[in-house]
Amino acid sequence: MRKNNLLSLLILAGVILVLPLGLGNSYYLSVLVFVGIYSLITIGLSLLMGYAGQISLGQAAFFGLGAYTSGVLSAKFGISPWLALLAAIFVTGGIAFLIGAPALKLKGHYLAMATLAFGYIVFIVFNQASSYTGGPSGFGQIPRFRLGNFLFRTDVHYYYLVWTLVIVVLLVSLNVIHSRVGRALRSIHEGELAANIMGVNTARYKIQIFVLSAVYASMAGSLYAHFITFLNPTPFGFHFSIVLLTMVAVGGMASVWGAIIGAALLTILPEYLRAFHDYDILIYGSTLLVIMIFLPQGLFAGIFSLVKKER
Amino acid sequence: MSFGDQLLQYLFTGITIGTIYGMVALGFNIIYASTGIINLAQGEFVMLGGMTMVYLTTIIKLPMVVGFFLSILIVTAIGAAFERAAIHPLKSPSVITLIIITVAASILFKGGAMFAWGKQTFSLPPFSGEKPISVLGATILPQALWILGIMGAVVALLILFFGFTLTGKAMRACAANRTAASLVGINVKTMVLLTFALSAGIGAIAGIIITPIALMDYDRGTMLAVKGFSVAVLGGLGSSVGAVVAGFIIGIMESLGAGFISSGYKDAIALVVLLLVLFIKPSGLLGSRERGEFKKF
Repeated sequence: MRKNNLLSLLILAGVILVLPLGLGNSYYLSVLVFVGIYSLITIGLSLLMGYAGQISLGQAAFFGLGAYTSGVLSAKFGISPWLALLAAIFVTGGIAFLIGAPALKLKGHYLAMATLAFGYIVFIVFNQASSYTGGPSGFGQIPRFRLGNFLFRTDVHYYYLVWTLVIVVLLVSLNVIHSRVGRALRSIHEGELAANIMGVNTARYKIQIFVLSAVYASMAGSLYAHFITFLNPTPFGFHFSIVLLTMVAVGGMASVWGAIIGAALLTILPEYLRAFHDYDILIYGSTLLVIMIFLPQGLFAGIFSLVKKER
Repeated sequence: MSFGDQLLQYLFTGITIGTIYGMVALGFNIIYASTGIINLAQGEFVMLGGMTMVYLTTIIKLPMVVGFFLSILIVTAIGAAFERAAIHPLKSPSVITLIIITVAASILFKGGAMFAWGKQTFSLPPFSGEKPISVLGATILPQALWILGIMGAVVALLILFFGFTLTGKAMRACAANRTAASLVGINVKTMVLLTFALSAGIGAIAGIIITPIALMDYDRGTMLAVKGFSVAVLGGLGSSVGAVVAGFIIGIMESLGAGFISSGYKDAIALVVLLLVLFIKPSGLLGSRERGEFKKF
């Protein structure tokens, strides 16, 4: 890992550690818990979009699969939340492999459409398989995480749990980026044909990253389920996949740091824009459109390079 | 109603809805063939067509015929404006950029429609009477005949347009080879604009004719786009004959599935077909063999 990444990671860890001391209010803490949960998903999505050059329009479905697998196993079958989280990872990762392996061998838009279709199918199943999922009205009484006798009960507990996981996922992701896999992925971005000729098995690396991003989303889903302790299908629809996409685009696709910033901005800002709640798709749509046309590297990198050009 | 009658009834329903899917798929194909772009906003053109027609005929109370052509004109203009605003300015965009842009446009259209017309569902009177025609024990709504007839007319006009007009031939040339087309003096950028306008117009027609049967609200577009894309892929991307045939296949499967298996999972059928086609034969039913089919269209 590079020195400045390690430094950034330490700074982030420091900020995470002291932030709750400044925020007495539990409401702000719960918002930060959501920022952490969404960051897990956007970090994976930025690996997929920024490094593997692929796009998923169904990332909310992997988030949902994680949440529902975890929730159903722990609430209805009495399995411990930790085991349920692990089981969810295997279920979601396995399904992602089944979807990704054939779709990633084809051109770019096939994975987009396969994940979009898959997202809708999952959403329909959540609504219809009501004996397990409770249908559109959902189900509750999902147990919280516990370690020995320690129950993750308050928002502060959960805040530290979620952000510890974010740090771990960041470490793993930064290592992936600067490893053989990362170099291979960048070579795909530069020119897939050339990479293939050099002996890089591009399809395999793309599938690995796709499955990894699904696993991150699944972990986020489990954390969500055991935090909210209640699940219904609404948060896992196509709309949320678009929100996730917007978070990554705002932060800059090829940056895991940007993914966290994007998740933070688009989780915190809407809290202050409650009045526009009904029209949020207008805001997400225009944000995405403007960024992709004018600042394809993301808000910060884009503005930075625009300013540099002016000089 | 006997089993046979029921089957026939589902068949009729399936063909009607399949016609609409086929038209959405045609819209996908026209843009894909000449630009390589999968326009995820295609379903929104259908929604906008239906909603504009409802607005013009039931709220402003224009006559049906005027409303019909004016709606098509308006949505065609929206399609053209979308191309100018969001596709035209891009310099050598990546696939991923194009996908995000068309998705963004799609939710923007959706949001705009919600802003303009709210969240309620709208209906439209059928073009001619509501008295069902009975055929062999099953019934057909007169509107279903309109749908089939108008689809036939659209396909015929497209064949004439691509086969016999200079503009149509120029668009085919762009589809075959953009560089070569620009070398012989065809303005490729203008042709891209025209393909978007044309696709939007076809989408609008589909929306206008389906609304009397299926109703319309702001949120219909994305599902129609995914189903239309499933149809386009099943038929083979770029194959127009494939789009029409696959539209009927998926429409009938959906209607049979809803009738005999479960109406709750109805919407999943087209999507499962899409995944299966991607896994087993991504070139679709008519894709590989008739890839050049578009040129004849």
